[in-house]
Amino acid sequence: MPISLFRIDDRLVHGQVVVGWGQPLKLGFIVLADDGVAGEEWEQELYRMGVPPNVDVYFSTVDDAARALERYSADARPGVLLTGTIGAMLRLVRAAPSGSVRSVNVGGIHHRDDRVQKLRYVFLTPDEEAELRALADAGVVVTAQDVPSAHAVPLSDILRGDAS
Amino acid sequence: MADDSQTPSPHVPRRAIVTGHGAFPEGLVSAVQQITGRGEMLVAFSNAGLGREEIEAGLRACMENVHASVIFTDLPGGSATLAARRVLRDRPELTIVTGANLATLVDFVFADESMSAADAAAHAAERGRVALATVHA
Repeated sequence: MPISLFRIDDRLVHGQVVVGWGQPLKLGFIVLADDGVAGEEWEQELYRMGVPPNVDVYFSTVDDAARALERYSADARPGVLLTGTIGAMLRLVRAAPSGSVRSVNVGGIHHRDDRVQKLRYVFLTPDEEAELRALADAGVVVTAQDVPSAHAVPLSDILRGDAS
Repeated sequence: MADDSQTPSPHVPRRAIVTGHGAFPEGLVSAVQQITGRGEMLVAFSNAGLGREEIEAGLRACMENVHASVIFTDLPGGSATLAARRVLRDRPELTIVTGANLATLVDFVFADESMSAADAAAHAAERGRVALATVHA
């Protein structure tokens, strides 16, 4: 089945992903597409310990994850693909086969001095705003939603910063 | 974050950080204070609204401020626990207890002064585990 959720979350694997989304989705695997973590065995072990034993975690560079999307989509289990930045997700979308990423969930981009708050859990730099627009221009539906029970905030509202 | 301005009383010098999601840390510390009057031994630090680096930096700052050697967390796979494990990497004297509950913390604040922080944490973890039970009519 196609990847159930493409999520941008600067915490990568954490409670909202494993429990908040993982349980209702009956998650079978997580693709963690992050160039830094892909080269760090210790970081991989850390994230693996945070995931139930029945959920597989595949660590990959962004480019390798884009190339492997069709293989992940052939998996019968529900899966989540995570990137830690908007830029990484944009790279993945551009490198993946056309149309293979139809929607992207902005799950958490947290406070940094050069970012402006848009939502409770979304803070963006001007460059990151441009990257979100580029995702939309590539045909991807971009919404922000930290947990499944929350309202999915459309991109226009994210950028206006007027949705809670 | 809990009020850290009070100096712990002489017979309870051991201190710990309680961290996790939402108001979990503050709630547990508040409950410990209500039950034991020893809430000053614990410092609450929530991960709410914080990114990976900020959570880790916050934990390190808490540890420096209160000389804590134990961190209690909620979910074993949560971002607070992952940040604590990053701190542990270069602070081997640290002990992390995941899945902490009120019974855990109450046991910790009453641990005998002669116990090491690591032993007190281990004892508290076991007490918290025992406290989890199902009750039927």
